Amino acid sequence: MAKTLITLSGIEKSFDGVKVLSDFNLSIDENEFITLLGPSGCGKTTCLRIIGGFETPDAGTVAIDGRIVNDLEPNQRQINTCFQRYALFPHLDVFENVAFGLRIRKVEKAEIVRRVEETLRLVKLEGYGPRAVSTLSGGQQQRVAIARAIVNRPKVLLLDEPLGALDLKLRQEMQYELKEMQRTLGITFVYVTHDQEEALTMSDKIVVMNQGRILQVGTPEDVYNEPKNRFVANFIGESNIFEGVMREDYLVSFCGREFKCVDRGFAADEPVDVVIRPEDFDFVPPSKAKIVGVVDSLVFRGVHYEINVIVEGREYTIHTTKTRSIGDRVGLAVDPSLIHVMKRDVHA
Amino acid sequence: MTARTRKRLYQTVGACFTAAAFLSVYTPIAVILALSVNDSLKAYAWEGFTLRWYADLFATDVMHDPIMNTLLVAILATLIATVLGTFFAIGIHALDKTRRTRMMVLNNVPVVNPEIVTGISLLIVFSLLGFTLGFHTVLIAHVFFGVPYVVLSVMPRLKKLDPNLYEAALDLGCTRFSAVLRAIVPNVATGILAGALMAFTMSIDDFVITYFTSGSEYMNVSTWLYAAIGRSRSFTPAAYAYNAIIFLFTIAAIIFINSRKEKKEREVRR
Repeated sequence: MAKTLITLSGIEKSFDGVKVLSDFNLSIDENEFITLLGPSGCGKTTCLRIIGGFETPDAGTVAIDGRIVNDLEPNQRQINTCFQRYALFPHLDVFENVAFGLRIRKVEKAEIVRRVEETLRLVKLEGYGPRAVSTLSGGQQQRVAIARAIVNRPKVLLLDEPLGALDLKLRQEMQYELKEMQRTLGITFVYVTHDQEEALTMSDKIVVMNQGRILQVGTPEDVYNEPKNRFVANFIGESNIFEGVMREDYLVSFCGREFKCVDRGFAADEPVDVVIRPEDFDFVPPSKAKIVGVVDSLVFRGVHYEINVIVEGREYTIHTTKTRSIGDRVGLAVDPSLIHVMKRDVHA
Repeated sequence: MTARTRKRLYQTVGACFTAAAFLSVYTPIAVILALSVNDSLKAYAWEGFTLRWYADLFATDVMHDPIMNTLLVAILATLIATVLGTFFAIGIHALDKTRRTRMMVLNNVPVVNPEIVTGISLLIVFSLLGFTLGFHTVLIAHVFFGVPYVVLSVMPRLKKLDPNLYEAALDLGCTRFSAVLRAIVPNVATGILAGALMAFTMSIDDFVITYFTSGSEYMNVSTWLYAAIGRSRSFTPAAYAYNAIIFLFTIAAIIFINSRKEKKEREVRR
């Protein structure tokens, strides 16, 4: 069992009377890569800033290593941050930017040189020390920002959408590098993003947030395969969501048909939401299918085709490597284990 | 009228206006420059070239005290106003938007306020407080009108900074005060310098406010000149020399600043 490093309990925060976080409870384990995922304005950055000490919660406690740190200034916490727009010091060169924290802590000069160079090597910026930060590319500035934080060997590294400004290719590259760094350094990473793909790729644990509340906490597999409600299913990956009724254990009815499924524990005839991921549909001959429809549109997406099938006036999205033509009559089947039943979302 | 003659007419009118504008600005300066090397006490006659008025400037008697007073007040007022103005600007910048706008309005009032109003109100405040007018009151007055200019020139620099710079410094272990000194001040240095120059110029230049806050004994160059013209016997062309030197300094400063700006722009373009 991993050791808990950060505990947020009962956090409340409002700005100008608008609630940004309400009854927010979260515990973060040591050496964990945890991602706060949600649309913009969901409170994820505020949560990060509360951990970093840049905002004070209106209520609730923040504990690090079992010690309540509500009243500690950012400089008294063993936490470093990677800011959204990097916030590198323009008046200092790369070396001095990275050395900044060590100089403040009055680390010995030779030690500073050793650690800064080691860290620059780690972020693949060896030899960039004397360069002005304004001459670096976005990706390089990002690495300086990371180096400047990790050179201090914090217990926790907070990252606020650090890859937001980079282009796709570079972003994917940095995702792997960040994950790699987190593993080698053994630092807890708390990562904020609105990009679900980024969250799935890197995290040990994902916290899905909306409107200042936690909707689901779980591994990437959990939140993708077993979304707790409509919002999570929609936000993470693409989904076909149907309103249905749970007839009995292992039997759900939606779209006017009954399907076997693997879910149980609902009340008889309880209204539910049913999620089927686009890649979980299979084409079968129409004569053998429960669901029969007509191909409405087809888009080639590289790895797969995205096919929209109209069934009784409702659109189904399907991702498949098999191709069909527009106007084809197709039958759709789905394996019972891939039908995911959720309690009806009270907020939606 | 053909299009061509019309165009020529416009060009001639334009040239005339330009010439008139430059003449009205530079004629008085040219006259001062000429008088500062005129070997005569009379302003209306040319009696040969001399540099003795410039030598007179630095001689112990005539204008020594007013010049020293002017420089001392200007230097001290600039230093104090620059430090205060920089911190004010940083503080105002950290406020939320509504309060920041309100503070900037308050800051700008002394800038647009007629000097005579500022001068008289300071005089009233000083006498209510029971201060003896002299060096100290002039210094306070000059700090007072210098601060808003520093705030005005630091503010745009602050707006251009990455909003998280201060927090980044806190994050890396700085206390609040040292974060301001280490992360913000060096990055608005050009604004601070520009503000300091402005405060210095305003101080050197000031007559009205100094006149009201200096009392009868203490004089800077401008109040001394005013008094000297009043009793023409003690007037000396060294005053012209003083003006000429100030003018040449200003021109030199402007040329220097412009050439640096051009150099920077060239570098950016490259």
